[in-house]
Amino acid sequence: MSLLTLAGVTKFFGGLRAVHQVSFALGEREILGLIGPNGAGKTTLFHMISGFLRPDAGTVTYAGKSLVGLRPHDICRLGMVRTFQIARPFLRLSVLENVVVGALERVAHRREAVAVAGEVLELTGLAEKAGSMGQSLTLPDRKRLELARALATGPRVLLLDEVMAGLNPTETGRLIDLIRAVHARGITVLLIEHVMKAVMALSQRVLVLNYGELIAEGPPAEVVRDRKVIEAYLGEDSVGSEAPANE
Amino acid sequence: MLRLGLGAAGGAALLILPFWIPSTWQNLLITTFYYAYLGQAWNILGGYAGQLSLGHAAFFAVGAYTSAVLAIQYGLSPWLGMFVGAGLAALLSLGIGYLGFRFGLRGFYFILLTLAAAEICRLIALHLPILGGYTGLFINFTPNPWQFQFQGKIPYYFIALGFLASASGVVWLIQRSKLGAYLVAIREDEDASEALGVDTFRYKMIAYALSAALTAPGGTFYAYFQFYLQPNTVLHINHSVDIMIRPIVGGMGTILGPVLGSFLLELLGEFSRTYFAAGVAGLNVVIYGVLLIIVVLFLPRGVYPTLVHWLRRRPGDSR
Repeated sequence: MSLLTLAGVTKFFGGLRAVHQVSFALGEREILGLIGPNGAGKTTLFHMISGFLRPDAGTVTYAGKSLVGLRPHDICRLGMVRTFQIARPFLRLSVLENVVVGALERVAHRREAVAVAGEVLELTGLAEKAGSMGQSLTLPDRKRLELARALATGPRVLLLDEVMAGLNPTETGRLIDLIRAVHARGITVLLIEHVMKAVMALSQRVLVLNYGELIAEGPPAEVVRDRKVIEAYLGEDSVGSEAPANE
Repeated sequence: MLRLGLGAAGGAALLILPFWIPSTWQNLLITTFYYAYLGQAWNILGGYAGQLSLGHAAFFAVGAYTSAVLAIQYGLSPWLGMFVGAGLAALLSLGIGYLGFRFGLRGFYFILLTLAAAEICRLIALHLPILGGYTGLFINFTPNPWQFQFQGKIPYYFIALGFLASASGVVWLIQRSKLGAYLVAIREDEDASEALGVDTFRYKMIAYALSAALTAPGGTFYAYFQFYLQPNTVLHINHSVDIMIRPIVGGMGTILGPVLGSFLLELLGEFSRTYFAAGVAGLNVVIYGVLLIIVVLFLPRGVYPTLVHWLRRRPGDSR
């Protein structure tokens, strides 16, 4: 049964059609990859699912409930939480405090929130950095913190916006393992990703967005061989020669 | 244990101090506590929630005028009128907050909104006969403690100290609660907070109302310390600056920031008045301004955070 369903979702920015008639369903406990060239509308789509933008047309339904018009914190409360493409740690708060803010979504009191945050830091491998300030973290740790904060809210669905961007292959490998571990705990994952290694390793199914429209859908190995997908990434001349580039 | 002992000794010193010092020093300490109190109230919204208000004079004035008018017209004790004023100030802040936060005003735009709201209040006060209009409102002195009127400075000293202690207590509780964690998160990144389930609109409104309600009794204190209220003094932008400058200098978003900031600025003001007021007119104000600039330049994060940073630094540590 699908947990999140989009039907005919459309968004214009002035005359620009950023997202057009996008429909798909995200199944419970699935890992669904969302790929597409820069500017394809992936993040705009995320904004609409997470309540930061309101679709101009179409419906977004989560667990039988319409999300259109709800604000991001409402959607978080329903169990769907997002991360940001550019990690946004609370810079002048400690790593622990950062995660406590997320945990307070689940528990009412600070003391319990600190305990929840401690567990999440353990899981995400940030326990040693608990006392460091957000601003002192390296990029890989910021990405982990972004994930840790989101996990602390106790989500059913995790929306990950390019968590791999800017990481080296070793760090990417570690983060893939972490996302697998999170998924193993029963959390559904929708991930926007440019790093093909991560998309191929994690996704059970992949959606491809180009110029705001879905152009392909299927298992990752098939999608990367899809003619339209190769065209979208490399231009029409290249068709038949190469798959989407690894970044 | 050491901290507890130091705290107890400091508290005891503050309790016997006013009986041993001359009246000018008493005045200095009263003003220090009083501005630290106002700064602490401002700190909830400005320092913790990160919403800078340049219009807190409005809530101050609501507290001052409400308690004074209720006492003059209906004989209601300012001790009770103070709470009415706090309630009205909270309502006013919710009105301004609704406009600002519902329409997503951030940073400078929110500052301008608060400034404009205080200016509107000033103009209204200037034209309301019941508030004394331009001439101002005089309060007759009758040394009756129930009417918040006292002989001598010492009672005011203890009231100001009590106010400051209560406001600091409120801030201490906020800091340890979910509310505090959410306010600080909003200050650091509003969108990220929303994404993590923080109802940013609601929590900003709570912070604003708490801050305004705490500011109002400061106005009541002022009314019965000065016995005279004039819109161009209590509702002037300078007064809003006076309220916000102490936590900014002392360290926003810390409990001790407004207290240290208030002590420092009071000492700077007294120093420049004592040594530079006699000669050229206004020179003391210039000196005060220069000293203030120096403080802000060298302690950009505020006195308290800088102090903590120095104290934590071990000798020989390069950082």
